[in-house]
Amino acid sequence: MALFAAERLHKRFGHQVVLEDVTMSFEEGRLSGIMGPNGAGKTTCFNLLTGRYTPDRGRVRFDGRDITGLAPQAIARLGISRSFQVMNLFDDYTALDNALIATPQVRAMGFSMLSNLRENSLARETLERVGLGAKAHVKARDLSYGERRALEIGVALAAQPRLLFLDEPTAGLGTEATARIARLIGELKRDLTIVLIEHDMKFLFGLADHIYVMHWGQVIAQGSPAELRANPWVQRSNLGALQ
Amino acid sequence: MRTPIAMLALFGVFGTLPAWIEAIGLYPYLGVEVMVWIIFGLGFNLLLGYGGLPSFGHGAYFGVGAYAFGLAQLHLYPNLWVCLAAATLAGGIAGALVALFISHRRGIYYALLTIAFGQIFWFVAVKWHSVTRGEDGLLNIKRLPADFGVASFGLGELDSLYWFAFGVFVAMVIALWRLVHSPFGRVLVAIKQNETRARFVGYNVWLYKWLAFTLSALVAGLAGGLFALAQQSAYPNVMSLQQSGFVVMMTLVGGGLVSFWGPVLGAVLFFVARDLLGAYTEAWLLWYGLLFMAIVLFKPEGLAGLWQGWRLRRKPARVPAEA
Repeated sequence: MALFAAERLHKRFGHQVVLEDVTMSFEEGRLSGIMGPNGAGKTTCFNLLTGRYTPDRGRVRFDGRDITGLAPQAIARLGISRSFQVMNLFDDYTALDNALIATPQVRAMGFSMLSNLRENSLARETLERVGLGAKAHVKARDLSYGERRALEIGVALAAQPRLLFLDEPTAGLGTEATARIARLIGELKRDLTIVLIEHDMKFLFGLADHIYVMHWGQVIAQGSPAELRANPWVQRSNLGALQ
Repeated sequence: MRTPIAMLALFGVFGTLPAWIEAIGLYPYLGVEVMVWIIFGLGFNLLLGYGGLPSFGHGAYFGVGAYAFGLAQLHLYPNLWVCLAAATLAGGIAGALVALFISHRRGIYYALLTIAFGQIFWFVAVKWHSVTRGEDGLLNIKRLPADFGVASFGLGELDSLYWFAFGVFVAMVIALWRLVHSPFGRVLVAIKQNETRARFVGYNVWLYKWLAFTLSALVAGLAGGLFALAQQSAYPNVMSLQQSGFVVMMTLVGGGLVSFWGPVLGAVLFFVARDLLGAYTEAWLLWYGLLFMAIVLFKPEGLAGLWQGWRLRRKPARVPAEA
C-alpha cells in the first residue's frame, strides 16, 4: 500500500473549480513529482494534501490513516512536512533557530515556560545537510536568496518527516544553485519519501521515480519519466515542446 | 542568554530609590506606581512585543485585578495573599475568556476585538452598581499586612508598602524574563514572525495565542491588584480606553518591540514626564503624545531601539566569533 494516497479530491473556490477528481498515491521511499503549467492546481493540490485547505470531496490517507480535514499542525505531527514556493521563514531568527524551532524536541517542550531553549544536534545536522552549516548564526533575512531556498528545505527537514513535500524548491534560482538543490534532493531521496512540485522538466525528470502531470485542475497523465516521454498526450502538450 | 546587566541595573535603581528619590525632587510613592506599571507593561509586552498581538483594551484586565483585590477583601477573606491571588486569577480568567473569542484573529481585527471587549468590562464596572459602586468605585480598600506565617509586616507605612511592591516587582521581572527565553517564549516569537510556517512545523498556533493573552491578562490582574493596594481604591477609570492606551504608549515609546526592557524605559519616562512636565503644564500629556507620535513615525523601535542603534555604531566590528 502506498504511504500516502489522495482519492478523488475536489476543490472549488466560489464558482471556480480548481481541482477535479484528483487521485494520486506516493510510494514509500520514492520521489514523486507533480508537474504542469502555472495555474494547473499543483500548489492547491499540495495545500489540500498538507491540511491548509479541506477538500470539498475526496479523502486523504497517510500510512493507512484517514487524515482528511485535519489541521496543518496535526498533519505535521504525524510526520508530514512541507516547504513553500513563496518562502515562509522565521526571518528575524538565525538559520539555526529556524531549524531548531522546527525540531520535534522543541515542539514537544513548546509549552515549557521555565527551562531554557537549548540547541540540539538535530538542528545543527539539518543545517549541515542543506549546506548552511557556516551560516548557522546569520539571521534568515540576511541570507542570500539561494541560501534562503536551502533553509526553506532545512526547516521542513528539521521536523524529521517521513514524507516531505517540496513546492518548487528551485523557484527563482540560477542554474548553479538549481544544480545544488538537485544534488541535495538526490541525497535526501535515499532515506526519505519526497513529493516535489516543479515546472523545470529537466530537473524533475532527472530526479523523480513517478510523475503526475496536471492541467486545468486534473491529472492528465502519470507514469515514470520514460513512460511520460513516450506518452503522445504529453508529447503534444507543453511538455513535448520543451523536451 | 546574556547576563542581564539591565536587570541588575533595574533592581539597583529601584532597590535604592527611597534613599535618593526625594533628593531629585520626586517622592517614593512614585516608585511604587512606576513598578506597578512596569509589571503591567512587561506582561502587556509579552503579547505585543513577543506575540505580535496588539491588545488595545488591556486596561480592562488591570481593572479587573484592582476590583477583584477590593472585592476579595470586602466580601471574601481579608488577607493580602488571598486578595492578590484573587486579583491575578480574576485578570487571568477574564483574559482567558476573551482570548477564546479573539485568538483566531490577528492584526487590525485582533486589535478591534480587544477594544470591544475592553469596553465591555469598563461598561460593567460603571453600571453594575451593587458590586462595583459604579463611578465612585470601591473605596476604603485596606493595606492589609503581609503575613509570612512566622512574621507579619504591616503595609500601612509607605516604606513597607514600597518594599513589598519591590519584592513582587523583582519576582515578576525575573519570571517574565524567564518566560520570554523559555521554549514557550521562543515559539511565540516564531509565531509572530510566521504563523503559517509555525503551523506547518506542528505548532498549535491558536493555543499559543490564547495562552499568551491569558498570561498577559494574568500579569495585568496582579498589577491591578497591587495598584488597588497602593491606591486603596478601585474605580472604573483604570479600565478606560485611555488607561489601555497608556500601556501601549509606554511599551512602544520604550521600545518593547525590540527589547524586553522597553516597557521599563517607557513607564519610567511616562511617569517622570507626568510629574516633571505636569508641574509646569496641565497639557503634559500633549507633549508625551507628541513624543509618542514622533517615535512611531521616526523610530518605531523606541528608546531601546535608539540605544541598540547607538551601541551598534560604537562597536561596528562586533562579529559573531564563529565567522
